[in-house]
Amino acid sequence: MGKKSMSVEKSSYNRMENRAGMLMSIPAVMLLAAFLIVPISYTIYYSFFKYQVIRPDSIVFHGLNNYLNLFKDEAFWQSLRNTVYFTVIVVPLQCTLALGLALLVSGKRRGVSVFRTMYFSPQVTSMVVIAILWTILYNSNANTGLINAFLTNIGLNTIDFLNSPKTAMNSIIFMSAWQGAGYQMMIFVAGLNSIPAEQYEAASVDGAGRWGKFCFVTVPGLMNTIKYVIMITLIQAMKLFTQPYIMTKGGPQNSTKTLVYYIYEQGFQRGHFGYACAAATVFFILIVTLSLAVKKITRTN
Amino acid sequence: MKSMKREKKAGSVFFYAGNTLIGIIFICPMIWMIASSFKPEAEIFSNLNSLSTFFPTNFTLGNYVEVINRLNIPKILGNTLLYIAIILAGDLLFSSLCGYALAKMKFRFRGVILMAIIALMSMPVEAILLPLYVEMNQLGWVNTFQGLAVPFMINCFSVYMFYSHFLDIPKELLEAAYIDGCGPIKTFFRIVMPISKTVYATVFILDFVARWNDFMWPFLITTGEEKRTVQLAVQAFFGTQPIHYGAIMAALTLASIPMLIMYVFMQKYYVQGIASTGIKG
Repeated sequence: MGKKSMSVEKSSYNRMENRAGMLMSIPAVMLLAAFLIVPISYTIYYSFFKYQVIRPDSIVFHGLNNYLNLFKDEAFWQSLRNTVYFTVIVVPLQCTLALGLALLVSGKRRGVSVFRTMYFSPQVTSMVVIAILWTILYNSNANTGLINAFLTNIGLNTIDFLNSPKTAMNSIIFMSAWQGAGYQMMIFVAGLNSIPAEQYEAASVDGAGRWGKFCFVTVPGLMNTIKYVIMITLIQAMKLFTQPYIMTKGGPQNSTKTLVYYIYEQGFQRGHFGYACAAATVFFILIVTLSLAVKKITRTN
Repeated sequence: MKSMKREKKAGSVFFYAGNTLIGIIFICPMIWMIASSFKPEAEIFSNLNSLSTFFPTNFTLGNYVEVINRLNIPKILGNTLLYIAIILAGDLLFSSLCGYALAKMKFRFRGVILMAIIALMSMPVEAILLPLYVEMNQLGWVNTFQGLAVPFMINCFSVYMFYSHFLDIPKELLEAAYIDGCGPIKTFFRIVMPISKTVYATVFILDFVARWNDFMWPFLITTGEEKRTVQLAVQAFFGTQPIHYGAIMAALTLASIPMLIMYVFMQKYYVQGIASTGIKG
């Protein structure tokens, strides 16, 4: 008798839990469906259609033509190359800088948080503010650009920074690494502080010097953090848009035009909606493949 | 023993001297920005060759007066804070409800929803901007607060943060609440929420920073000045005649203040939030 009423109670509890769980997830699920899953589906769907923004009445099936045209467009390949170049340079640069800064401020000394805040401070504004500031700092003229004034002062030649296709992307890379490093530094600091002190002591007893401790204690202890930091920096880098939009408008000679910039330009400025969706689909596949690949590589090690 | 002490002292000197030097070099662009914002226009570029470029010798507030006269700051700031507030209210409530259900309850579709949340976490919003814009257009939400806010009212990353946090809540606590006659939803609001202030604060600040910094979506969805956000206003000011660099520097400095205030008050949670994602990931 008692057993039976227990099980009745249990099943009525389960029913209630089932209802409450669904009820609590509904708002989130509906919003996700409406503003993430529907747009993803439409991005893929429209990529197979000829769809000009000014002619919404004549959307016609276009097969794979958008993709074929995309792969024939030199501007697309250039934007892909630019994005890959930015990513390949900025990720190691920014992560190394972040790790270096983290090693400087990992301890528990008095006042350490002041220094952490200093290195973190470019994050405590916004990318728009930083990009405008550096556009002014990067001015090619030594009389109006602080960095070129400094270079002339120490006897070097001025650099064209944002005005030359040779240096524009590198200038954006340098600024982005400087702006972003503080964020990854904070992750590294947490990682460093979670390595037990005994491991360093044991290494000391074994006669390891500073470099030995770094190689045999710090790096292995930090491996998971390093993997994670590389992953987020990588994905962040692939989405580059704000900096080139504000600093160079993609120029000079398209040298800072990125994939996201290309999508924006084709879709929003020129109104080639279906075509831009094809580019967005390629971008999407690229990001997903990349993050899966990184996950796989880092797991096997 | 003595040599160890000396080594420690040398390390300490190295730490403070090194960090001070590197730190100042690191933030000198921002020092220059703030210094220039207090300089008369003619002096900003006049002494770039000397260190005095980092100090306003003829202190003036004129640049700030110019920014205040040229920009409707209360409106711009109000727009920004309002749309972020809508996002935060939605995200904190809906993400935590969903995260809690996923962590602590058995229900139909739980597995599918959890899988979708994790899969969509690394979804770049840049890839879906075009149809999202079309959707906003069909809803009549272009250039409205709904358009700015509603698509970002849910964030898979927030759901996951709440989910992984709520996993640690002891089952006994929830059972005790049930025995006392508390239904699951009541339990959530009366018991779970009050003991989870840290995770709410963390999601709050991470989301605030992400939205505050966002340039691309507000840039696409707003037209004209009516719903302009801080980042858009600063970017537009940079390209509007007359170009006065002192005023631009003042605008950049002003645009940094709200984040600075947030950072001062929420530093603990912000840093914790950044760090915890790294260790868990």
